[in-house]
Amino acid sequence: MSGFDYTDKIPNNVNLSEDRALKRALEQWQPNFINWWDEVGPEGSTNFDVYLRTAVSVDSQGWAQFGYVKMRDYRWGIFLNPGDDARQIHFGDHKGEKVWQDVPGEHRANLRRIIVTQGDTEPASVEQQRHLGLTAPSMYDLRNLFQINVEEGRHLWAMVYLLHKHFGRDGREEAEALLQRSSGDANNPRILGAFNEKTPDWLAFFMFTYFTDRDGKFQLAALSESAFDPLARTTKFMLTEEAHHMFVGESGVSRVIARTCQVMNEVKSDDPAAVRAAGAIDLETIQRYLNFHYSVTIDLFGSDQSSNAATFYSSGLKGRYEESRRSDDHLLKGQNYKVLEMQSGQLVEKEVPMLNALNEVLRDDFIKDSEAGVGRWNKVIEKACIAFRLKVPHKAFHRQIGALAGMKVAPDGRPMSDDEWATHSKASLPSAEDRAFVASLMKRVVDPGKFAGWIAPPAMGVNRQPIDFEYVRFN
Amino acid sequence: MDMAVDGAVIKQHLIDPEICIRCNTCESICPVNAITHDARNYVVRADVCNGCMACISPCPTGSIDNWRTMPLVKAYSIEEQLNWDVLPPELTPGELATEGVTAGGEAGVARPEAPALPAAVTGEVAFNAAAFGATLPPWSAAHAYTNLYDLKAPTTATVVGNFNCTEAGFENQTHHVVLDLGSMPFPVLEGQSIGIVPPGVDANGRPFSARQYSIASPRNGERPGYNNISLTVKRVKEDHQGKPVRGLASNYVCDLRVGDKVQVIGPFGASFLMPNHPKSNIVMICTGTGSAPMRAMTEWRRRLRGSGKFEGGKLLLFFGARTQQELPYFGPLKNLPKDFIDINLAFSRTPGEPKRYVQDLMRERAVDLVALLKDPNTYLYVCGLKSMEEGVVLALRDVAEEAGLPWETLGAALKAEGRLHLETY
Repeated sequence: MSGFDYTDKIPNNVNLSEDRALKRALEQWQPNFINWWDEVGPEGSTNFDVYLRTAVSVDSQGWAQFGYVKMRDYRWGIFLNPGDDARQIHFGDHKGEKVWQDVPGEHRANLRRIIVTQGDTEPASVEQQRHLGLTAPSMYDLRNLFQINVEEGRHLWAMVYLLHKHFGRDGREEAEALLQRSSGDANNPRILGAFNEKTPDWLAFFMFTYFTDRDGKFQLAALSESAFDPLARTTKFMLTEEAHHMFVGESGVSRVIARTCQVMNEVKSDDPAAVRAAGAIDLETIQRYLNFHYSVTIDLFGSDQSSNAATFYSSGLKGRYEESRRSDDHLLKGQNYKVLEMQSGQLVEKEVPMLNALNEVLRDDFIKDSEAGVGRWNKVIEKACIAFRLKVPHKAFHRQIGALAGMKVAPDGRPMSDDEWATHSKASLPSAEDRAFVASLMKRVVDPGKFAGWIAPPAMGVNRQPIDFEYVRFN
Repeated sequence: MDMAVDGAVIKQHLIDPEICIRCNTCESICPVNAITHDARNYVVRADVCNGCMACISPCPTGSIDNWRTMPLVKAYSIEEQLNWDVLPPELTPGELATEGVTAGGEAGVARPEAPALPAAVTGEVAFNAAAFGATLPPWSAAHAYTNLYDLKAPTTATVVGNFNCTEAGFENQTHHVVLDLGSMPFPVLEGQSIGIVPPGVDANGRPFSARQYSIASPRNGERPGYNNISLTVKRVKEDHQGKPVRGLASNYVCDLRVGDKVQVIGPFGASFLMPNHPKSNIVMICTGTGSAPMRAMTEWRRRLRGSGKFEGGKLLLFFGARTQQELPYFGPLKNLPKDFIDINLAFSRTPGEPKRYVQDLMRERAVDLVALLKDPNTYLYVCGLKSMEEGVVLALRDVAEEAGLPWETLGAALKAEGRLHLETY
């Protein structure tokens, strides 16, 4: 045995110390997790003391405890939001029945698949981000990266808990496999496409946390409606942590934009070359990064028509975003939803049964939420008296999954010929040269209170600490 | 204080739409469902929020931690909040006064309690300096008159003196302005403030709101035995972020000439008042024009000392400014006897020298400060920019804790006994 003190090291509210089977499973898994963290976790960070937020309970006092921690010793806890004995299933065929505390046999395979798919994204993003610490634009940003990394680690724990607790031997094997797949590995890749892409620079990181972690938010929100109560309660708590990830993305991009606008006004030019020469990232490049991350992320919602989505909903496994706030019948039988498809070179709307289109419903909710944040970025540009505006590309732009996969559609939604597409797609996505330029700016700045020249400082520090607080002690 | 009015004032909890990322954490964590949202904003229902603070630390952005003193009847509705792109500005003391809210009357404000003291002390929860400020005056304070004049019925004062009390020839000027109230009753105490109503109307045709200034003179007048008061007014040329902006009221006041008439309201404030019993010690910590009430208290003690009828306690002053040239009353201050007042000056922008702040001085003088903190006859006053408050209270805490005085006990006693007063803006 590892000699690992579970009651102390794994803060939990699942009665871990008395659940021998679960304890034994985690005892097997935990050393492998630490090996995984050492091998592919944040590079060169072993000795750092990082000012991190740790959850020690789910109440408002306990879930955000700040202090210096070595990441390897982070207390990856297992938390479920408080249960409600009277909770009922509120959508699908089982509506009105009591929620499940155990996995019903007939839904076992689907639930396992849902949990494994969600769980797989958590270690994947840690792997994608492992080199970013070497080029952090500030100590503040470095700390935020590490916070995200440890919380993705905790989210993995959350999913592994469900697998261990509720899925027996299959669950244990799946939990092992979560540590074996590897982002970008040709032979054993992560399950979802976006999680095999590289996160090569901090602009990509901010875009990833803004868009791709927002996919996480919507998936977790849909799962937090689940009839399988432990899944609902665990994802509900994960959402509180996910909020910080999106904050890092939204404020990160916003600070890049703020700095760019400042530089544009200083050099009195909107010429991308002049902005680049002054050491900032031109708004056009930011737009191309946005196009890329947005289109890759909306693929994550899956096919626009999916019988699996219908099954997941009707059987109560996965609801819609904010299911309980919606005022329809929560059964959706006989209702329709509009999806896009290409007919003789034109994008047209088509009515399909809503149950089959639930991936599209969730994608559209995501799009609305994403656009709102892009609007807030535009306010930064507007305040600087610059005419440029960022835009999310059309839903059909650069898609790889669903009916729109491989369609040649411009960011503004205009269908294109093969020739047009060949030239325009390049102009709309980050080129190798764009990426090389952004990479050339990525120089490590980690003196407290100092920031790289391509990004503005944040409005306030973490946990009301000053911006020049020593968020990371390198020892 | 008008008790009938107190119940009608709230500290309204608001979310800053400029910083909020609409993550839903606050709404999901709120135990009383006070928070809701639409596609644009997250908002707080004033009539439901009970100020339990459960949403404060989970918020990833800090946008959640905004509070506005509001008359209950004027509390922002959720419909109003849903339309905001930015938070509305704080109501000025003048605007509040017209609504019947006393400027110094925080005692009646239902401000949510900060996290329990032990948690705040261990640093696990963000330190909330404001929570340690007293809402009651010292036991030996004189009775304060408040709200004798409001915007509907201001009184008129005549300017009888106006001069720059910082070193001449420097950019940042602070003026010492003396106003005579003639035969109108305007009894004041050291630590109180008044409102000045600039003449004219704003772009929307509404009269300008009043600006609040601390009184810099003692109770028996700038000139003893006369019905006059003095103010310390900095000519505002830039905002807190350093952007150029011409302060309407401050420039109006600094440009006043002897003989000019001004509209004044007040007096305001019933807790930031000095102790009057023999051997009571006063620790004063201030920056810039936050020195006004300190000048008033010091001058009152100096006059008492001169009369030979008062057995004085110690006076300890920590005074910060950007440079010596910008320090108001630097000249007269130097002339005060050392056995009367212990003066410590901190300059944060002296060229070629490291930045020093009042809290640095406090830590240097820990031994003397501790001796005073141990004396139940010691009263502390903090006045200056908002940003100094946390640093000063944290320094007090550290000095106390290092000397083995648990802040948990001391801080609570200072607050309950009206011995720590915070006035920041």
